[in-house]
Amino acid sequence: MTATGIEAPRTPHVSHRRKRINLEKWGWIYMRLSGVLLVVLIFGHLFYNLIFPGNVSALDWAFVAGKLANPVWIVWDVLLLWLALIHGANGMRTLVNDYAHGRFRTVLLWSLGISTVVLLVLGTLVLTTFDPCLAPTENADLIAACTAQE
Amino acid sequence: MTSQATAPESSAASLPAPTKRKLPAGTLYRGREGMWSWVLHRITGTAIFFFLLVHILDTSLIRISPEAYDAVIGTYKTPIMGIGETALVAAIGLHALNGLRIICIDLFSWGPRAQRVMFWVAIGLWVVLLIGFVPRHLMTVFGGH
Repeated sequence: MTATGIEAPRTPHVSHRRKRINLEKWGWIYMRLSGVLLVVLIFGHLFYNLIFPGNVSALDWAFVAGKLANPVWIVWDVLLLWLALIHGANGMRTLVNDYAHGRFRTVLLWSLGISTVVLLVLGTLVLTTFDPCLAPTENADLIAACTAQE
Repeated sequence: MTSQATAPESSAASLPAPTKRKLPAGTLYRGREGMWSWVLHRITGTAIFFFLLVHILDTSLIRISPEAYDAVIGTYKTPIMGIGETALVAAIGLHALNGLRIICIDLFSWGPRAQRVMFWVAIGLWVVLLIGFVPRHLMTVFGGH
């Protein structure tokens, strides 16, 4: 298989793709992977809060406290927060890059990035430091759990 | 790609007679279902994003006090907001189903050919989803339950 009559090129072959991480590619993959997970997480969230056992009239602090007394819902909501907000922010980045130009684009991209980081930190802190026994409720399971804790 | 491998005269001989087309071949995003699903994906995505910003802030009130949270969540129970929530769930449903369609287009070899069919399948599933959700939700909002 050795080539006869053709000399090796003076410039050796250099790959232009070495070691560089293609962020746009990973963003593209992220949108699809998070999208599939979000279908499950968001429809679960909507069903539990708006169809069964919750509904919009029954939504109050006691309902949320009863929910977040279960660590499964804390994990669910933290995942929802991170996957959805980064998915949304990356989608908005696409729109900004399509429709905004010059300095306006820079301003929008920075506000998008800053608000995303602030809301991720805020939401994560709220979910991980929340105390469902902060106030008395009529939720029987929650009362039992809170008195057992004391 | 393949035209480079074949000789020019043989490829010219095998070319079919040119037919008039309104749109360039092989595009998903110019005209008809492909374009309109793209437009709807952007509109619903933007709407959902701005709701998400507000929703993280209002939910954060659970950490402040039950009274603060209940006061703000009370505004979600008015008729106008009830209609807004219906629109939100409709937007989320459409974005989710069309998102799964996009994944199928990108991931499977049959995807691009089936994109138009999949658009109408997504619309069908969306209607079923809304039939399940909207009456139940509006009865809660307007039924005084």
